[in-house]
Amino acid sequence: MRHLLVAICLCLGLSGPALAVQPGEVLRDSALEQRARQISSGLRCLVCQNQSIDDSDAPLAKDLRVLVRERLVAGDSDAAVKSFVVARYGDFVLLSPPVNLRTIGLWAAPFLILLLGLAFIWRRARALPALPASPAPLTPEERARLETLTGARD
Amino acid sequence: MIVEIGHFALALALGVAVVQSVVPLWGVARQDRALAGVGQAAALASFLLVCLAFAALTLSYLRSDFSVENVVANSHSTQPLIYKITSVWGNHEGSMLLWVLILTLFGALVALSRRSLPERLRAGTLAAQGMVTVAFLAFTLLTSNPFRRMLPAPAEGQDLNPLLQDLGLAIHPPLLYVGYVGFSITYAFAVAALIDGRIDAVWARAVRPWTLLAWVFLTLGIAMGSYWAYYELGWGGWWFWDPVENASLMPWLAGTALIHSTVVMEKRDALKVWTILLAILTFSLSLLGTFIVRSGVLTSVHSFATDPARGLFILIILVVFVGGSLALFAWRAPLLRQGGIFAPVSREGALVVNNVFIATSCATVFIGTLYPLALEMITGDKISVGPPFFNATFIPLLVPLLLLLPIGQSLAWKRGDLLGAAQRTMLAFAIAIAVTVIVFAIRWGGPVLAPLGVGLGVFLIAGAAFDLGERIMARASGLPAIWARAVGLPRSAWGTALAHAGVGISVIGIAATAWSTEAIGVLRPGDSLTSGRYRVTLESVTPRTGPNFRAEVARFSLASGDRVLLPVEAAKRLYIARNMPTTEAGIRTDGLSQAYVSLGEPQGDGSIAVRLYDKPLVLLIWIGALVMAFGGGLSLTDRRFRLAAPRRRAAVVPQAAAQPAE
Repeated sequence: MRHLLVAICLCLGLSGPALAVQPGEVLRDSALEQRARQISSGLRCLVCQNQSIDDSDAPLAKDLRVLVRERLVAGDSDAAVKSFVVARYGDFVLLSPPVNLRTIGLWAAPFLILLLGLAFIWRRARALPALPASPAPLTPEERARLETLTGARD
Repeated sequence: MIVEIGHFALALALGVAVVQSVVPLWGVARQDRALAGVGQAAALASFLLVCLAFAALTLSYLRSDFSVENVVANSHSTQPLIYKITSVWGNHEGSMLLWVLILTLFGALVALSRRSLPERLRAGTLAAQGMVTVAFLAFTLLTSNPFRRMLPAPAEGQDLNPLLQDLGLAIHPPLLYVGYVGFSITYAFAVAALIDGRIDAVWARAVRPWTLLAWVFLTLGIAMGSYWAYYELGWGGWWFWDPVENASLMPWLAGTALIHSTVVMEKRDALKVWTILLAILTFSLSLLGTFIVRSGVLTSVHSFATDPARGLFILIILVVFVGGSLALFAWRAPLLRQGGIFAPVSREGALVVNNVFIATSCATVFIGTLYPLALEMITGDKISVGPPFFNATFIPLLVPLLLLLPIGQSLAWKRGDLLGAAQRTMLAFAIAIAVTVIVFAIRWGGPVLAPLGVGLGVFLIAGAAFDLGERIMARASGLPAIWARAVGLPRSAWGTALAHAGVGISVIGIAATAWSTEAIGVLRPGDSLTSGRYRVTLESVTPRTGPNFRAEVARFSLASGDRVLLPVEAAKRLYIARNMPTTEAGIRTDGLSQAYVSLGEPQGDGSIAVRLYDKPLVLLIWIGALVMAFGGGLSLTDRRFRLAAPRRRAAVVPQAAAQPAE
């Protein structure tokens, strides 16, 4: 439909679209910055709709980006940073929900559906009547008739 | 006055659509040809009436008639002409009118199509299409009337949302809607076949061009939307797994499966029940998309239309049409006779596997999009399902499908030879491996998956090329014979190969995004910023005034190594009527790659934040989609789909008919 633009613009519209990560936020250590970007792209901007904090201009997203970087500079592992953020904001902040009792249906469904589909066609394939053995080859008369019909092409 | 004429025409169209949805079925039941034929006239009439309504609204926009509420909310007298026109569908009410216009256009096309369509099938199809038209006309008139007057009329309008003031709005929605709504015809055909209780290769042949047409437009629409988002949103992303995007991806996936299953049905009279179900599901997903976008249930922060009455109305439409057709399916489908049989290893078998994978990936998008909603309603828990989830599930489903594609393509119908097919694709596979290794060596230390992705893309392209080559070369010697075979090969064979190669091209472009680089910096005039192969130097920042906005334009010189490229301009605009800022990215295309510059906030001391991306091979993503759509279009011109071909071209047919059908 009119699509994501409409969808996203209203969110951005609150603060005006601009760069998400601000120059002042970038860490000097590029390996650490890389990790920060990686983590940020998996964290949801809580006041936006389906935007990661890496993409969003909302002030809350900025705070979270800074927080992630602070934790990384303090020496936390990626997992520790994530669990720190989750402890504050809940699972809702994770764009990839953790596998647990509530989300097992979500994570298992694609592979269950694929397996069921393949199992179904496997059963159908076995149940199908076997094809007859190769038909008898054409007799010379049939071949001649075929050639006249097709103009001897092919 | 013109506005009232438009309003009246729309109401009249509703009445005509009611006739269209009832009388043909009555005629079929009474075996009365005159009554059954009423559908054709009604379909034409309702199309012309909706045309009139659409023209009336467009005219009000052109004349900036601010006594119309819809024009006030979405237009401004200083807007350039093109945006005055595109504003017509740049809002909920007007886009519904476009929806209905395309819906009735397809009805009219079926009514006019000269192809020998069985009378009962045509009558049933037009009736089903009429029912959909009734529902959406009623929705438009009752909840989303674009002709509502506003008195007293304000002196000035509120302007169109600035992010939509772009050429993309002129192209993207019409393409997307033709795709979305085009699947209503396949739905109508399926419903008609179920009512009639008869379905065969004639049905498949009648439906296939419509499916292809809708699919081609949906492909173009999605690709265009993706490119629009890429350059407009200013951070270089091209797909966001947003619910609104997923809403268009789901019918595309189902439609892709449908195209493949109708091939089996047309050629081999098999997979009937599944094809009918897919035809129903594809349009159901289009309806679901409409619901998602317009009800606000999923995108509550930034909904299209927050009016709960609209959401409820579309939900009722959704339940009636999906539920009704599925109930009809459950009742009538067991009556359909199973058709041709085939060995598991065969082209049919390969297409069945294709359908399982595509249907599963479609179901994955469906579940990922709606699971959070369902979970919240049942347990009250809120979870987020975003890009990481879709990347982790969708891609693993797609990769095996694409790996199997070239092999399946070279299997014979009915009974294939797996070993032979594997041997035929061996050369393509070897080339793909070689390319992967070379790319891996060149980009040593880079992302691991990217070379594999490029290899997969190459495999698809080479597989399509060799498959085509084999058909042309087989048993033909000498250039003239090869030329004759190449010309004589059905266009659908060329189309298939092109579409599959297009998938490969897109895959390469997507894989290459792993190599894109990004740099952020604060620049003063004269400062440089380097990212990947590109280096920009800020030359100047100057103010500029547009028709309805003010802009700060930053001009950069651009170089790649020693090579100096044309300069780029990026801008920040402020749209005056809404006091809303936008960013206009500066993009310089360099071969298949792009340098992408985006501006951030001015820092106050005369410097400005700048973001520079090096996007290698990024254009391949959309070029691949264009090639896919072109392949689909080429198949559409295949001899057997051309209008009234059998009768008028009788003299030419024998020669062409000697070619293998596919």
